[in-house]
This record gives sequence, C-alpha cells and structure tokens, in this order.
Amino acid sequence: MPGRRDIHSILVIGSGPIIIGQACEFDYSGTQAAKVLRAEGYRVILVNSNPATIMTDPEFADATYVEPITPEVVAEIIARERPDALLATLGGQTALNVASELSRTGVLEKHGVEMIGAGLDSIDKAEDRGRFKEVMEEAGLECPRAGYARSMKEAVEIARDIGFPIMVRPSFILGGGGTGLAENEEEFLEIARNGLHTSPVSEILVEESVYGWKEFELEVMRDRVGNAVIVCSIENLDPMGVHTGDSITVAPVQTLSDREYQEMRDDAIKVLEIIGVATGGSNVQFAVDPDTGRRLVIEMNPRVSRSSALASKATGFPIAKIAALLAVGFTLDEIANDITKATPASFEPSLDYTVVKVPRFDFAKFPSSSPELGTSMRSVGEAMAIGRNFPEALQKALRSLEVGRSGLLGDTHSDFLVAFSEEELLAAIRQPTPERIYAVGEALRRGWDVEQVASESKIDPWFVDQMAWIVEMQPEIATDHTEEVLRTAKRMGYSDRQIAHLRGEQETVIRRARLQAGIGRTYKMVDTCAAEFEANTPYMYGTFEDESEVPPAEKPRVVVLGSGPNRIGQGIEFDYCCVHASLALRDAGYESVMVNCNPETVSTDYDTSDRLYFEPLTVEDVLSVIDAEQPEAVVVQLGGQTPLNLAEDLEAAGVRIAGTSPASIALAEDREQFAEICRNVGLKQPPAGSATSAAEAQDVVDQIGLPVMVRPSFVLGGRKMKVVYSLEELAEYVRDIYGEGDPEVVGNPILIDRFLESSVEVDVDAVYDGHEVLFGGVMEHVEEAGVHSGDSSCVTPPPTISDEAMKEIVRGTNELARALEVRGLLNIQFAVKGDEVFILEANPRGSRTVPFISKARGVQLAQVATRVMMGSTIEELRAEGLVPRGELPQDFVAVKAAVIPWDRFPDEDSVLGPEMKATGEVMGIGNDVGVAFAKAILAGGRVLADRGQVFLSFADRDKPLGLAVAQAFTMLGYDLVATTGTARYLSHHAIDAEIVNKVGEGERDIGERLSNGEVALVINTPRGGRARSDGLTIRQAARRHSVPCVTTIQGGLAVARSLRAGPGAITKPRSLQEWHQT
Amino acid sequence: MAERPGVLVTADGEVFRGTAIGQAGTTVGEAVFNTAMSGYQEIITDPSYAGQVVVMTSPHIGNYGVAEADDQADRPALAGFVVKTMSRRPSNWRATGGLDEYLTERNVVALSDIDTRRLTRHLRDRGAMPVAMGSDADSAELAELAASAPTMEGQDLAKNVSTKSSYRVGAVGERRGRVVAIDLGIKRDIIAALNQQGLDVDVVPYDASADEIAALSPDGLFLSNGPGDPEPLTATASTINRLISELPIFGICLGHQVLGLALGASTYKLPFGHHGGNHPVRRMGDRRVEITSQNHGFAVDLWSLTEREAPPASGLASDDLLPASVETEVGTLVPTHQNLNDGTLEGMRLVDLPVFSVQYHPEAAPGPNDASPLFGEFMAEMGLVS
Repeated sequence: MPGRRDIHSILVIGSGPIIIGQACEFDYSGTQAAKVLRAEGYRVILVNSNPATIMTDPEFADATYVEPITPEVVAEIIARERPDALLATLGGQTALNVASELSRTGVLEKHGVEMIGAGLDSIDKAEDRGRFKEVMEEAGLECPRAGYARSMKEAVEIARDIGFPIMVRPSFILGGGGTGLAENEEEFLEIARNGLHTSPVSEILVEESVYGWKEFELEVMRDRVGNAVIVCSIENLDPMGVHTGDSITVAPVQTLSDREYQEMRDDAIKVLEIIGVATGGSNVQFAVDPDTGRRLVIEMNPRVSRSSALASKATGFPIAKIAALLAVGFTLDEIANDITKATPASFEPSLDYTVVKVPRFDFAKFPSSSPELGTSMRSVGEAMAIGRNFPEALQKALRSLEVGRSGLLGDTHSDFLVAFSEEELLAAIRQPTPERIYAVGEALRRGWDVEQVASESKIDPWFVDQMAWIVEMQPEIATDHTEEVLRTAKRMGYSDRQIAHLRGEQETVIRRARLQAGIGRTYKMVDTCAAEFEANTPYMYGTFEDESEVPPAEKPRVVVLGSGPNRIGQGIEFDYCCVHASLALRDAGYESVMVNCNPETVSTDYDTSDRLYFEPLTVEDVLSVIDAEQPEAVVVQLGGQTPLNLAEDLEAAGVRIAGTSPASIALAEDREQFAEICRNVGLKQPPAGSATSAAEAQDVVDQIGLPVMVRPSFVLGGRKMKVVYSLEELAEYVRDIYGEGDPEVVGNPILIDRFLESSVEVDVDAVYDGHEVLFGGVMEHVEEAGVHSGDSSCVTPPPTISDEAMKEIVRGTNELARALEVRGLLNIQFAVKGDEVFILEANPRGSRTVPFISKARGVQLAQVATRVMMGSTIEELRAEGLVPRGELPQDFVAVKAAVIPWDRFPDEDSVLGPEMKATGEVMGIGNDVGVAFAKAILAGGRVLADRGQVFLSFADRDKPLGLAVAQAFTMLGYDLVATTGTARYLSHHAIDAEIVNKVGEGERDIGERLSNGEVALVINTPRGGRARSDGLTIRQAARRHSVPCVTTIQGGLAVARSLRAGPGAITKPRSLQEWHQT
Repeated sequence: MAERPGVLVTADGEVFRGTAIGQAGTTVGEAVFNTAMSGYQEIITDPSYAGQVVVMTSPHIGNYGVAEADDQADRPALAGFVVKTMSRRPSNWRATGGLDEYLTERNVVALSDIDTRRLTRHLRDRGAMPVAMGSDADSAELAELAASAPTMEGQDLAKNVSTKSSYRVGAVGERRGRVVAIDLGIKRDIIAALNQQGLDVDVVPYDASADEIAALSPDGLFLSNGPGDPEPLTATASTINRLISELPIFGICLGHQVLGLALGASTYKLPFGHHGGNHPVRRMGDRRVEITSQNHGFAVDLWSLTEREAPPASGLASDDLLPASVETEVGTLVPTHQNLNDGTLEGMRLVDLPVFSVQYHPEAAPGPNDASPLFGEFMAEMGLVS
C-alpha cells in the first residue's frame, strides 16, 4: 500500500494561540491531518497550547500535549514519545520555526526523527530572502530587483541600476519603521539617509517597487514523485502594497489570459521544485505589472497557510488532509477526491462560481492606531462568500462581515459617504483602509469614470467595472418595482435589506414581495469539478438561478448557526462549540446542517456536518436555508453573539429555536428584569443603573457612587466597556458612545455598574436540563474585576475562593438556571470580595471559556448542551457516557492566559482594561498553580530571563499589594529597580530598589536599560485617568525591546509564582490522555 | 443597447432562458460543456468544436478581452456559445477588444445569463445532445429544431474545417526538419509548437493522398486534432495505414483516433466527452501525472483489438481498465497514457515503429503546458534530435 510503513508514529505541531496572521485555519489543517493520519493507522502525537482547538480534543490524537510550543518542550515530548516523523507544515510559522530549530540543534537526528513534508533546507531557502532570490534567479525566475546598501554611495548606485519607483526598507526594524517609497532621486536620498540612520546595523534594502501591481497567489500541491497540481488561483482586489491577509481576494483569478495564467502556473510548480518541497501544499505569490504583464515571484510558504484554508474552502479540495497523506508517501493519483469519490486528487479544481474573501478589522479596539493598510497584517478575521458572479459574491461577503453593511452601499452604514466632498472621496479611494471599498462604490455611484477610479485606487479596472455594475443598479432598484428588476438585483447579490433601504421599505415587505414573485434562493453545490462529475458532499451556497440542488433528506435535520468572521471577543472558541454541536447532533441521529461564512474554521470543513451552507449569517440568508432544509430546530446559543442577534427574528418567522428561548436570553440581558430575578433568589448585584443620555448617567452615578463600569448593552467582547473614575470622564464617555452613530450602539442604553475595586472575578460554565445543573467548572480570574474576562488569565479550580463563597456561587448558578429557564449552556460571572459574592452577569449561552473548561474537566460541555437542547436529560447522557458519573474529575490545575496583538499596534498602550483586546488564548496544565502558570506564560510567548533587573512602577492604589510582588522577586534573586515614588514606598517597607530615571530624564534611564537588555521584566500598573504618559512610554519601550511587561499586580504575582515553580517544571510535558487517566 | 432575450432548448425539451449576445438568429448543434477557467478565445476558435454549442462552466467569460495571438483559426467553427456572465469591460494589457464584439463580428450566436450549471448537469446526466438556441425564436420552434437535429455520430465534420489547399509554415529558429501535418481541423498553436522545434510544417488537406504526402519527403507525419466522430474519416485512415511503416507518426486528439482506426481499432462516443483544462493523465511507464487540456467526444477502444470485453470501472482508475498490449498488423500496440477520471485511453504507441499518439492537447492553448515535451519526443522519434 502507498502509505509509508517504515513510519509508525508522527508528531504533529500546531500553531498555538490565535494571533493576527495565524488564526484558526491551522486548527482546521491540524484537525484534518490528525484525522486522516490516524485513519491510515499511524500513531499521532500532537502538541498545541491552544485549548480552543478541535485538534486538541483528546479523541483526535493518540497523545495530545497542551503544552507550550517551544523547542525545549517539544524536544522533551520527542524524548518521551519517540515519534518516527515530525510533520510541521500544518502548524503555521510557529510549527515551522520550532521544527527548524529542533533540526538545527540536532534533536531530531539524536532521536531519529525524520522531518516529513518540507525539510530544513527548503524552509531556509524559502525564508531567507537573499537565498530565495538567488535560487529563483538561477532557475530563470524573476524577483523584484534589489540590493542591500550600507552607505549612501551604495544606495544611490543600486537605485540608479533599478530605476524608480523604489522601495527602501531598513534592516532589522520591526513593524516596518523607516520604510518608504521613493518616486524620484530627491525623495530617495532623504528616505535612504533616514533608513540607514534608523537601522541598527546601518543597512537598507533598496528594492524595485511593485506597489500597485496586480497580486496573485497560487496554491500548489506536490507529491513525492513530483506530480504537481494547482488547487486554486487567487487574485487580490487590493493590489501589491496591502498584505494579502488584509486584502479583499477573489478566486479564481479573473484578469489573466490563459497564456499568462499557464506561465504563472509553470513558474509556481518550478518554485516548489527549486525550494525542494518534498511533499505537500505551498503557496506562491506573484506580482504582475498591469501595463506589460511582467511577472515577478514575490514569496512562497513551504507549508499550509491561511491562503490554503481559503483555497480549500473555495474549491472543496481538502489541502491539509491531502498534504498529510502526501507526507506519508501517497502520491496524488492514489488519493480519491473526497467529493466525487470516483476521481483522484491529482487534478485541478474547476470553479463554476466566484469566491470573494473580505478581511474583518477591529481598529475600534485600537483607537491610537491608524487604519491605513500596509504590509503588516492587522485584520483579525475574514468572511468568505460564494456567488454565481463577482457582484453577488462581493455583496454577500460584505454583509457576512457583520460590520453593519448589507452589501456595497445601499444601507444606513454607507450613507455617510454621500456627504463626502470630491476631494475626501478621492483621498479615501487612494489610501487602502478597511473602508476603501465603500468609497470606491460611492465614487462609482456618483458616476466617476471607471478608468479614473481604477487608476487612483490601482484596483484592476475589471473589478472596478464590476462594482460600477452593482451600484449603477441602485436608481433602478429604488424606482422600478417590477419582478424583473427584483430578480436582477438578487442576482447581483443585493440583500432584501439593501433593496428595502433603497425603496424606503421594511425588509419584511421586500421578502414577502420577493417570495410572492417566486424569487427564492436556489442552492448550488461546491463540487471541485464544475458539475462534470456527480458529487455526494452537500457543500452548498445560495444564489438565484433556475435550479436548486439540495438533496432530499433521510433524517430529521437540525441547523447550527456558526459565529461568522473572527473578531476580538468572538473567535475560535465559538466555532469549537458549533463543531461540537454538529458532532453531538450526528451522534443523536440528526442530520446536522451548518451555516457559517468563516473560511478559516473547522465548522466550514465539508465533512464536519452532514450539510454545509457557506452563507452569510443574516436573517435573510438563514431563513432561506431554513426554508430549504425544514429543520426540526435551530441552534443559536453556541455561535456567540452572531446567531443570538438573529434569534428573535427567526423565532418571529416561526422557526423553532433549540434550548433556551430567545425570550430567556433577552431576559438575562434586560437589566431591570434580571435585577428582579436576582432579588427574588437573593443574589447580590453591584449597585447599578442604565442611561440613554449624559444627564441620566449622572443621576445614576449620584445614586450609586464612583468608580463605575460603563458599557453599551448588547455587545460582546466588552466593546466600549470602561471603568470611569470621575464625572468628567463619564460625560465624555456618553458623548463618545452616542456620537458615532454606530447602529449596534444607538438606541441601546448605556449600562452603569458600581465598580467593585479589589474584588476577584469568577466565571462559571454550566448546563441545565430543567432538572439538574451540570457544573462545568469555576474559573478564578487572575486580574481583578475591571479587566475584561477575555483578556484576564484564569485558573481552575479557583485557588483563593472561600468555601463560603463557593457555596453561594453554586447556589446562585442553580437559582439562575431555574429562573432563566435555561435549556443548554449558562455562563455566569461573579465578583467575590472575601465571603461576599456579587453577580455581575448571566448569559444563557455558550461562552468563550467552554473549550478551556471542557479540556480542564474532561467533559464535552458543548455536546452535552446540544443534546440537552434537543431534549435529553443530563441523567440520560450520563447513562450514555457523554457525562461522567459522579463529580467531574479535577485532576490538575489549568491556567488560561490571553494573547493580545500589541505587536501589530505599536502605537497602543498595552494596558488591560474592560474592553477586550485579546485574539487568542493558551492553556497551561500542571499539578500546581505555579507550574500551570509558568506553562501558560511560556505558551503565550513570553520568555523571562532568570536573572537581571525587575522594573517596578505602581499606581498608588496598587502599592500595598505591590510589596508582595517586590518581595517575591527579591527572593527569586532579581534586582529591583523602580521609579522614585515606588522606590520610596518600598524602602519605607524595608525593600531595597534602585531608583531609575524616567525615559529622557537623565543618565541610564529606563529606556536605555531596556534597550541594552538589563531589564528582565517590567511591572507597571497604570494610574487611572489620563496621567499615564510616563507609563505609556515605558510600556512602549518594553515592547520595542521585547521585554515582558505586566500591567496588573495580580499578573506580577502570578509571574513570581510561576518562576518559583523552577525552570524544570515547564519541561515536564504530559499528555491530556495521561492527565485524564489519573 | 436593449437586452435581447435568448433561449436554448435541448433535444429532450429542457428550456433555458437568458440574454442573446453575439450574432442574432438561431443555431443548432451538439451541446458540450467546457470546464476550463481561462482560454475562451482559444476554445471559440478551436476547429474541433465544429458543429457544437460550447457551454462554459466558468461563470465570468470575457474578462481579459481578446488578443489576435490567441486565435486558433481564422474564424470560429463552433455552432454556438453559452455563458453565465459576459464581461462588460475587459481588462488586460494584451487585449485588443472585447469578447462580446468579437463574437458579433465573427457571427457567433451566443447566449449569456444562462444557468450554465443546470445545463451542465443536464448534459452530464443525459449525455451530450443537440440543442437549438438563439434570439427572436420561441421555445417551441427551437424544441423542434433540437429534436430533429442529427447527433455527432457519423457526421463528417473534418472536411468542413480542413484547409482546402496545402500551405507551409516555416520553422522558428534553426531549421531541423520538415513534417507534413494532415489538417483535420488543426489549431494554430500545434503548428507553432512544431515550428518551435525547428520544423517546417506542410499543412495538407484531410484528403491528401499517401503519394502526395510522400512526395513532400517529410521527416515525419503529424495527425491533427479535429471535430466530431473519427469513423467517417476512412480515406484519411487508409492514407495513414499506407504510410505507417514509412514515416514516424505523431497524432493528437482526432489524429489519435484516426490512427487508432488505421491500426484496426474501433472508436466509441463518450457520454459527454472531455472538454477542459484539468484532466489528469497518467503516463503508464513512469506513472507520472500530467494535467492536460482536452477536447474530444470520442475515444479509441483498444479492447476492440482483443477477444476480451472491457472490465467494469469501479473506484479510482487502474491500469487494468486498459489491455496491457494489443496486436495489430504492424506489430504490438501499447497504451501509454490513461485518463484518471474515467480510465479511458489517452495515449498509445507502436512498440516496433516510431508511431505514437495522444488523445489530449500537449500544445495546451488553452490549458496547462505539462505535456509540451511530447513535441520533443516526436523530434527524437524522427531522429532529428538525440
């Protein structure tokens, strides 16, 4: 048989926490790989520190290590497990880096581990830019002309040789500082001089500029005998200069002639050969001069990438799964195409639809950062849409983003563009930002020439014309109410909501008219082959055509609504829950029907559910799926806020919502009704009120006192949540909220709670079936209340909660589950001060902590909840084995730590607050809190030097607790340095700390110490209000020099505790299977 | 311009409505679907589509306009052209015009806004069949036309697209030899690929005699692609038969099928043919896979040269769907290439003579270039390169 039999066990490395540029696509790829390798009979050992991944569910591997992905830890795992092979090409850059390091340091050789997929030399060739260019040119492929200069003389020589425009990039500068585009020699001299000055090694890269060129990516698969296929071609709507992760992209390629495309295809295959990718998937990126067709190779990744996930979803070709099979020796022609079954994987998918991916940004979370897009990726998620033409796919993708848009213009969100002056509009078209696409639409709506818009934006005229085609229809849609126009509008991707907006009608009126006219959605299949062969995998997308291909159903169906594009506050955790819902439904004898539009996820893998609808999560699109599928029920409580926002409209349309009713969910959100419930069951709440104006807000504060926590209702992830210490701040906050006209915010009251200082926050996840509460677990937050739970670290079992308080937490959970008539999941947040317990909020739905707690306790809460929603009792599930008998096991301490994308937003202050900023999380497991912490910290990418200085600067209110922190680090052997005030306070309490100057205030200031590596750790807790600029400077300097920075006292204590666990603790990895056995 | 409604009706009565583009009027032909995602101009001008209505499965057609260099013949030979969406504005530095006007100028009856996926599924499930389509026609009328239209079997279409008189196209670069190409509907890029090898190419009509060909004293004989059913090409087959021991021979597509007939094999019609640029073909020798460009509705049946029946296909294509070798009057013939989608024959060669052929298109145009080394192989067979 084709699979290699000299290999028995394979170590698969995951990608760790979700960060910008490395998201859940690697869970999708790792899960696919683990599944198929096990199915082929290999023993799979898996390492990934991210608990919210499906791949780390213990049933997906033989040994699952939720451990930090560092060379040291992975080396230990290798020593324990002695795998025959290492597969690192499916875990992003993280896995590739660790594997390279293990190979370079001889660990792999020592243990006889073979790197399969791509070897060290290929990785080096692909990643070392100089070497890459060299080998490409040797093979006759062209890269941008470039050279390194260490003096102005050299720079000028290179520039003259290349010709303008020229891009200058200083070497060894993070975040692209000093990079600049020079159109002529004069500009060049200035930029080059600055660049040489900025670069710490006085070196600049002088490179031919390809800014504004057309950008393409090809996804290539290659097997061990050299067979190669292009799985997918992708064209970027935003041309060169915008990171491909931040670009709107389209599949397949639209504007290349066959000759050009085939040459690019030949080049892409040659690139894999030259780099020496033994087997697997790689993506190769090209730039093409729009005026001459000149083609340059820009880069390649010798591994599965974000684009591969997109390509898999866009074509139905499971790249990661096939890559795993190729790595163990199969050839492409030996693997069947999953979708057709009868044809092989050695072919190139043909698409009879158009796919558009649009990135989702969260710049609102990082208000100090400019939303101008460039070469550093800053999007946090993406939505993909499929349509029978580009306009339809684009409009579907835009409404999938959930940023208030219903398509390309024609909604309240885009109306502000009407007020733009011509100059403003021109500027908005020229500068790539998340909003540019709408500005392009507006210009075209005003009748600007396609050629002009194309030349100003550098967006290819074909795409511009397609967008013109969309917006040109708007006057007709507004005035002509015939069936013909309605049908055409739907085929152009217009949503009912846009049509309603253009006609000044209600959306429901349009829907009714449309259905009366017989204009319903048809569903077409994504089948890899443009219908050439019969497909058996119901992977569907909606469009408006003659024929629908929804297959007849054999069993009752249940629809699971996914969570849409990742965003801060709603990420992989919710997808994890939806995937488990689907698995549970299949087990229970239903056909599971998934609706989602996020291409990165496991939920949108065509074999996760019985049927997959790759559709926007709007009322209109979801109701159409429901009309087509006639499900028994719809699961809305596991996909975060996205499906919850649809629940009431769905119910109003007669859809049965599974589990907890939308009324109960709304009840929990309703302050007054919820307060009444709490009173009835005797639960304490912090004093609170709500307001829809500044005056009302002040009245509330007069009653309850300061400080207060303020936030708009009905948002997830703590958007716009803030602790306010003064009336002045409060007034400013109210102005800020209602001033922006954000439809998610306006009309919803601002919630005001008394902020409980120095309390401990606790999260509970539980399932209630109407008879019994199943306690998933109680998690104690490390950071005090006031730091968003998504950004806070947490520990389970809770280390400092008293028995008395715990009893109250249990009682409160039971009472609320009953009072809210929960059927399914319930998440409650409590604040604990001594034995006193306050309830902060209750949410009868899946929470961000479900995957973490499921892993910590060894029970699949989302599956249990899904079964309960469909009518099972917990007792029945116990009999079935889905719920363990007796108390849930608590065999170890688990710590969850958040990972925040500060590195992408260098202008932000890295202070934790009530507004969530984390993109991902890691889990540390140990026998005690210290070890678990140490692992979580390491897994989050923070490495502490074991000696050196610890810099302390505490806000006054933190000083008493700060003493403990200072003592702890002294005992660990670190030298303390502190700002004047903090040092004085410490010396009063007999702790020595050297006084260090603030940045720019004298010799050997803190900035200098950070830059020369004297400081191991910065602990800087921010003062309230606005007097934080000194702190900000220090925190930013720490970040610049990659020195870990902790901004809370509790965080500082946790770090000290983890250090006490000793360096050996973290290098004793243990698999989940072992943990759960004991 | 006001939109004209257009309609297409299949021989079994399915009606498809859209917009008429290109030339006004009606047309009748066998509908086939093509799954290539680029290369519409090469497809439109490929003479092998004579008598056929080509349905493009790719939903946006015309995006990069047209360029003269992409034409495969002086004029399109296809009967009609059907797309989902015709581009309004082409964009490509090579483009000299738009596809819409190109179709009109060349009198091609075409439709846009058709549910091409529904049509494709229909053809896949029921097989390629005649259709009638056009503007200004009612569906009942078209239904009648479609139902009474002849099928491809037995139609001698090559004579309509073959050159009427011989002509020569000179080698590119250093001249290394000369071949005669029998034009059954030859694509320009095939001639260009031969020229690129340093060959002068004498293109002769489909009915050129063996003596006429021999009189040109070529180094080899090339058999071109072309439309439809090979069986009516009995004269061409006997010409090949006469020359088979005299000259190295390379055949492509219809040329491959006629070679098969010349060697005594029979041919048969595939349910809906192979038309696209993504067909996996395995070389039986080294088992390497090429992604190939294909356009044919008929195939050579090697089992017809044996006493045995073709085994039933199941699962992935395997070698035993083809006989390991068969005997012909001029010696042993072996299959060299196999289509991995359906196990059909994609290439063959005589063991003792420099005669070989492939069912697919090594010249691409449109499609992948994976198989382009075959032209070099022909050179080697002719002894023109080592």
